Amino acid sequence: MTHLHLAVALDGAGWHPGAWRDPLARPAELFGARYWADLAAEAERGFLDFLTFEDALAVQSSRWEGPDGRTDQVRGRLDAVLVAARLAAVTSAIGLVPTTSTTHTEPFHVAIGIASLDHATSGRAGWRPQVSGKAADALHFGRRTLPVFAPEEYGTGAVAEVVAGLFGEAADAVEAVRRLWDSWEDDAIIRDTDTGRYVDRAKLHYIDFEGRHFSVRGPSITPRPPQGQPLITALAHDVVPYEFAARSADVVYVTPHSVADAHTIVGAVREAERTVGRTGAPLRVFADLVVFLGPAAADRKDALDELDGAPYTSDALVFTGTADDLADLLSSWQETGIEGFRLRPGALPRDLHHITRDLVPALQARGAFRGAYAEDVLRTRLGLARPANRYAPAP
Amino acid sequence: MGRQIHLAAHFPGVNNTTVWADPASGSQIDFASFAHLARTAERGKFDFFFLAEGLRLREMKGRIHDLDVMGRPESLTVLAALAGVTTHLGLAATVNSTFNEPYELARRLATLDHLSDGRAAWNVVTSWDAFTGENFRRGGYLAEADRYNRAREMLQTARELWDSWDDGAILADRESGRFVAADQGAFRHAGPQFDISGVFGTPRPPQGHPVIIQAGDSEEGREFAASDADVIFSRHSVLEEARAFFKDVKSRLAKYGRRPDDLKILPAVTAVVADTDAEAVEEAARIRRAQVSAPTALAFVEGVWGRDLSGYDADGPLPDLDPDPGEGVSRGRAQFRGDRAAVARRWRELSEARGGLTIRELVIEATGRQTFVGAPGTVAEQMDDYVQTRGSDGFILVPHLTPTGLDAFVDRVVPLLQERGSLRADYTGATLRDHLGLSGPRRPSVREKDA
Ligand SMILES: Cc1cc2nc3c(=O)[nH]c(=O)nc-3n(C[C@H](O)[C@H](O)[C@H](O)COP(=O)(O)O)c2cc1C
Repeated sequence: MTHLHLAVALDGAGWHPGAWRDPLARPAELFGARYWADLAAEAERGFLDFLTFEDALAVQSSRWEGPDGRTDQVRGRLDAVLVAARLAAVTSAIGLVPTTSTTHTEPFHVAIGIASLDHATSGRAGWRPQVSGKAADALHFGRRTLPVFAPEEYGTGAVAEVVAGLFGEAADAVEAVRRLWDSWEDDAIIRDTDTGRYVDRAKLHYIDFEGRHFSVRGPSITPRPPQGQPLITALAHDVVPYEFAARSADVVYVTPHSVADAHTIVGAVREAERTVGRTGAPLRVFADLVVFLGPAAADRKDALDELDGAPYTSDALVFTGTADDLADLLSSWQETGIEGFRLRPGALPRDLHHITRDLVPALQARGAFRGAYAEDVLRTRLGLARPANRYAPAP
Repeated sequence: MGRQIHLAAHFPGVNNTTVWADPASGSQIDFASFAHLARTAERGKFDFFFLAEGLRLREMKGRIHDLDVMGRPESLTVLAALAGVTTHLGLAATVNSTFNEPYELARRLATLDHLSDGRAAWNVVTSWDAFTGENFRRGGYLAEADRYNRAREMLQTARELWDSWDDGAILADRESGRFVAADQGAFRHAGPQFDISGVFGTPRPPQGHPVIIQAGDSEEGREFAASDADVIFSRHSVLEEARAFFKDVKSRLAKYGRRPDDLKILPAVTAVVADTDAEAVEEAARIRRAQVSAPTALAFVEGVWGRDLSGYDADGPLPDLDPDPGEGVSRGRAQFRGDRAAVARRWRELSEARGGLTIRELVIEATGRQTFVGAPGTVAEQMDDYVQTRGSDGFILVPHLTPTGLDAFVDRVVPLLQERGSLRADYTGATLRDHLGLSGPRRPSVREKDA
């Protein structure tokens, strides 16, 4: 069995909305650094590829349309880029991949934030650009209005057009960010004492990005990040987002519910790559799974469901079972062309501990997972070359 | 006990203060440099570590200025990382109010405050120009006159968002099944700059409101500081001027119902420390020459004259041309925004009064001076006198070297200030508000007020 990649998605007390009531949860600490540092340390003990950090420019809700006023679930979140940055100096190997909105942020700010995370981690930063489609969230910014629609309407009529517009803007945002990362050549800082020049301005580039929603002149104020281009990842469930990922990302997270489903989705991702004429390395396809692990996993999920008042469902498959069962499932999915997995722990820190202490050893025993960190930078860990700078003359 | 001195450390950045050509100069971008300077400041019991911001690379004559350090990280990101390697030091980010939106910025500042257990500060700057705006969605639409309108409303809105959650709203109570108190985060702000509503997504930060710093110097800037800021970052460091500034700004507080101590005035200063006063004087002169190389001197004069003077010799006299009244050649710099002709006149007079200073000598003279120069005892005494005689409440130290530029000060001057009883021997509080001796946030949570 070939090696697989393993990432963990961190969000609050875990992905189950009742997770904070798990006896091992640390719900009073969700807004403090120690909680996140402990999770990251645990993930590093398991040699995980990277951590992702969920985010949104809104409060969590059980309703898609907007806030629900519930007080029995985790509400409130910290800015994901800054949480990741807080972990930079207290971790040494794991990749850190925060989420940001492409709809309500400035590509320039995002570009320098992620580049700074990459500098602070010596090449372990990634980014997950995310579209914000909710009308309620747009009111937080007051710059544009979005129509009220339900997620089921995504692909239909006028909504499809709005959604395509948001993904178009997201692609523009990624393009502007990527150009900003390249706007300094790697050797732009020359410190030439003879001429008194700190930089060689021939190696700094205006990006002159013009899109429908914004334009950015450049160059960045932040020198090119250590990875050249930090790892870009995107979650996708349908053709439009697959094509966005194919255009813009290095890694795509998908949500198959079975082996057959995984086959179909991998096919759809490859098709999207052809549609957009992707050049360079093919997308690394990661499958997302919500996981409750351990001998009593199903009972634990049931108990949380009961406390929360409803059975928990997800866009991704919700797995309950032992680490060995999960290892079996991962290897069967791997055969469909899925190269990695992003596990969403049902409850934190409990299910993360099961991942690092049970699943990882089970995979190692099958020769399917590393036993030490080998690569320094995140891109390399995923087998991606350091990208050439688009503005630099060919060597 | 005399007045207590508040100290802050400025990470040297994109201007000619930084002597990058010095063999002791390290990276301006590696995290290790930030960590070294921050740890040094914490060792010296400083109140906070300060990062400036500039959202466009500076240009001269239409091309990127290449003589000074260029390039820096995003402030809040690097400060969040520094929160992991420090325990008490305040973390101050300069963030522009024109090219940000309140919902996003308020939650990022609140996040830094949470992740540092109450050590965040925001230096509200108001650069407005279309040049910088070319990097942002809004472009350069904001008229100069509107910049403080937006800044004020931005700060006011941020405070409304921070206040939209109660202190202690996170209950995390397994027994009752209540994670959070009811009705947190609801806000509605309708003003000329922002018309926004909804639910804010981040609990109230530990300090209530991060510490607010203001750096502008105009009439409007001073009023803004007097009404709204906790700290003013002043450029008036020469003692007599500093005293006048101190008196002026402090006298503005009463009309906002504030006490003089509610706003700390901290000028940017330098300290050159050597074994003897004479050696320090020599070292200070050496640093100034290193800061103003011949090309840098010419660039300064070009900035004031507003024209290309590349044919001139930096070791020769000032150009006898008049300044170009047009747009100017320097962009992305806060300096020289005013009346360049008046500056040119002053410079010419200064040069003549000194018997014909060369371009380089003039720029060394006119663009800055070392504030405290001497043996450790001399520097400690000068600083202490400065604060005791109400030149300021303390200082923002701007070293000329990255990252070791404050080592000598912290090792040699700080202990003497501590002996004099003017600087804390250790931190007595946990938050930046504690260090600055500020009472809680200026306003309680609106929700508490209603209750
Ligand atoms: C000491 C000092 C430091 C400043 N630092 C910054 C900075 O880091 N970034 C920035 O954009 N503006 C900075 N400014 C500019 C001010 O925010 C403000 O835009 C400028 O001083 C013009 O405002 P005024 O007319 O009130 O002086 C600084 C100003 C002063 C006096």
